[in-house]
Amino acid sequence: MQNAFGQPQSVLVLGGTSEISLAIVRRLVADRTRTVILAGRNQTAMGTAAAELKDLGATTVEVVAMEATDPSSAAATIEASFAAAGGQIDLVLVAVGLLGDQSTTEDDPTITTELFTVNLTWPAAALAALRPRLIAQGTGHVAVFSSVAGVRVRRANYSYGATKAGLDALATGFGDSVRSSGIKVQVIRPGFVRTKMTEGLKEAPFTTDLDEAADTIVKGLASSAAVIWSPPVLRAVFLVLRHLPALIWRRMPS
Amino acid sequence: MTASPEMLAGWGNTSPSSAVVVHPRTASEVSDALRSGPVIPRGLGRSYGDPAQCAGGTVLSNRTLWHLSPIDPATGLVTAGSGVSLDELLGVAIPAGFFIPVTPGTRQVTIGGAIAADIHGKNHHVDGSFMSHVTSFTLATPQGVAVVTPESDPELFWGTAGAMGLTGVVIEATIQLIPIETGYVTVDTERFDSLDGVMDAMATGDHLYRYSVAWVDCMTSGPRLGRGVLTRGHHAGLEALTPKQARNPLAPPSGSMLTVPFTPPSGLLNRLSIKAFNEAWFRKAPKRRDAEVQSLGTFFHPLDGISMWNRLHGHRGFLQYQFAVDDAHGEVVRSAIEMLSGSDVPSFLAVLKRFGPGNPGPLSFPLEGWTLALDVPVGPSQLPRTLDQLDHLVADAGGRLYLAKDSRLSPELFDVMYPRAIELEHLRQRVDPERVLRSDLSRRLGMD
Repeated sequence: MQNAFGQPQSVLVLGGTSEISLAIVRRLVADRTRTVILAGRNQTAMGTAAAELKDLGATTVEVVAMEATDPSSAAATIEASFAAAGGQIDLVLVAVGLLGDQSTTEDDPTITTELFTVNLTWPAAALAALRPRLIAQGTGHVAVFSSVAGVRVRRANYSYGATKAGLDALATGFGDSVRSSGIKVQVIRPGFVRTKMTEGLKEAPFTTDLDEAADTIVKGLASSAAVIWSPPVLRAVFLVLRHLPALIWRRMPS
Repeated sequence: MTASPEMLAGWGNTSPSSAVVVHPRTASEVSDALRSGPVIPRGLGRSYGDPAQCAGGTVLSNRTLWHLSPIDPATGLVTAGSGVSLDELLGVAIPAGFFIPVTPGTRQVTIGGAIAADIHGKNHHVDGSFMSHVTSFTLATPQGVAVVTPESDPELFWGTAGAMGLTGVVIEATIQLIPIETGYVTVDTERFDSLDGVMDAMATGDHLYRYSVAWVDCMTSGPRLGRGVLTRGHHAGLEALTPKQARNPLAPPSGSMLTVPFTPPSGLLNRLSIKAFNEAWFRKAPKRRDAEVQSLGTFFHPLDGISMWNRLHGHRGFLQYQFAVDDAHGEVVRSAIEMLSGSDVPSFLAVLKRFGPGNPGPLSFPLEGWTLALDVPVGPSQLPRTLDQLDHLVADAGGRLYLAKDSRLSPELFDVMYPRAIELEHLRQRVDPERVLRSDLSRRLGMD
């Protein structure tokens, strides 16, 4: 159960090797979280993360297989995750995603399909599998990783941006649909975060390191905000950027 | 019985959850509702946290278990349905010359809730908690309906006290009322510039009074830390009343005069506004005033004059932190106030009381010594950690938190604070082996 501060006791991470999610979960374990379910593909990396979380005080850490290229497996992953958690999950972090490379993606239907499947179709199927379970448990919290790249899609990463724009919209509507059932849904819109995912890429303005982003997001999770911006200043920045004329926006440097 | 899912929260409005609410009218309808769980009873929702919530399950409102016997004028015994509120009982009892033996800071709690939380009042140091004045109750458990007395089934009787509904649903209870001559209290008020002054006066003089409570300011630091106003009193005899009061000495308490009509933004009650309020309140109190005659409502239930006052804390809600420590660990009271006044956490006046010994039940809250209760709005980012530190301080001193107020304790420290909780688990194994009775609180504290 979540307590008065919204601190969860059980957490499911969809995308269990996501660095930023693990940084968040480490912080949650320092408070009330004792049960962590990691659903992902890389069993070795999740095994290492699980051992670390146990050292930090988690009592139950389970690893569940997940194959994000196959949306038909999403329901089974959700079912296995709830079973591993003992039937109740307070917080679900949806952190599945590929960044992709625009230049290799944009002319390749196969790579484009995979990017959309992993970033949008699989999470959409997972949310659909989560919905009745969350409504039945009468409480719960879902936080979906979107990205500022989806707020206004840029030439430099429009395929990735489009998947996040779709997921962002889906998560927002999903949140509205379960609000009256006591389920809180938040969309997380991080800017550029220094992680393995972004290693070697040119840093964007307002880049943060992992710890700063995790601190901001953990604080946001405890709030009632519908959208968590990281860093928070990006909310104001995108209020402006969203309304730039297309002529200028198109020429934004990558 | 109609079944519709509703969002339910505690008085602090912090972690709402959804459950189907049912309104049984008879013991057999309660038994029907206990066929499959999870189920938990709920009264007027005055617990601050999550004990009367059952996410994804059924919440059984006790308000339809409403009946009230005549008060036996010779013995002062009354039998009331679980859903009768103290306010409703007092409306009948005071004009008949009786008062409830134990009353908390609000009349808006039900008999079932009073037993589930084993409520205490300003007279705990003299009269003990509510259950000490219950002679019997009828309890529905998944194993059936039974009349329970301290003699017939001491394990179930005392195990139900303070168990927050986890042993069953109270159908009705017989309570020993106390006779009163008037609906008034004679009150002595003293103002102290320091916490030591307040605590000394209480430790040495409370035994001379039936009722005693101190309001302590947690937002001044330095030598005036914990300055406070101590009010103590007795039921007033007829001779204490003015001629006007004496014409109708047993007038029932009046209802709410004001309502907070909507929830203002969180932050209305902040460090500045609360500090100003505390200052004004402290200055208003006399240095010393003896034998002032106050109505029972003014003395016992000052906040009942404003209904829905909990909304003042904003949409994020608030919580109350109440702990008890024994006499050997009175310094924890000072440490707690120091920690709060040293942080940015705004806190209204804290309530400091003396406790007598607890009852024989495994979840009895009082410890012979001190109890401090303070309201804090949710919001300051360091509040969760500050209260976690306080938990450790309390647990290390052998103290405990009050479950009727708690909304954020960890299961690990619950086990430390309530080492006899295992006896409650044995009792639940007996009366509810399938754990039909569960609440958000029981799940949060790992009592399942």
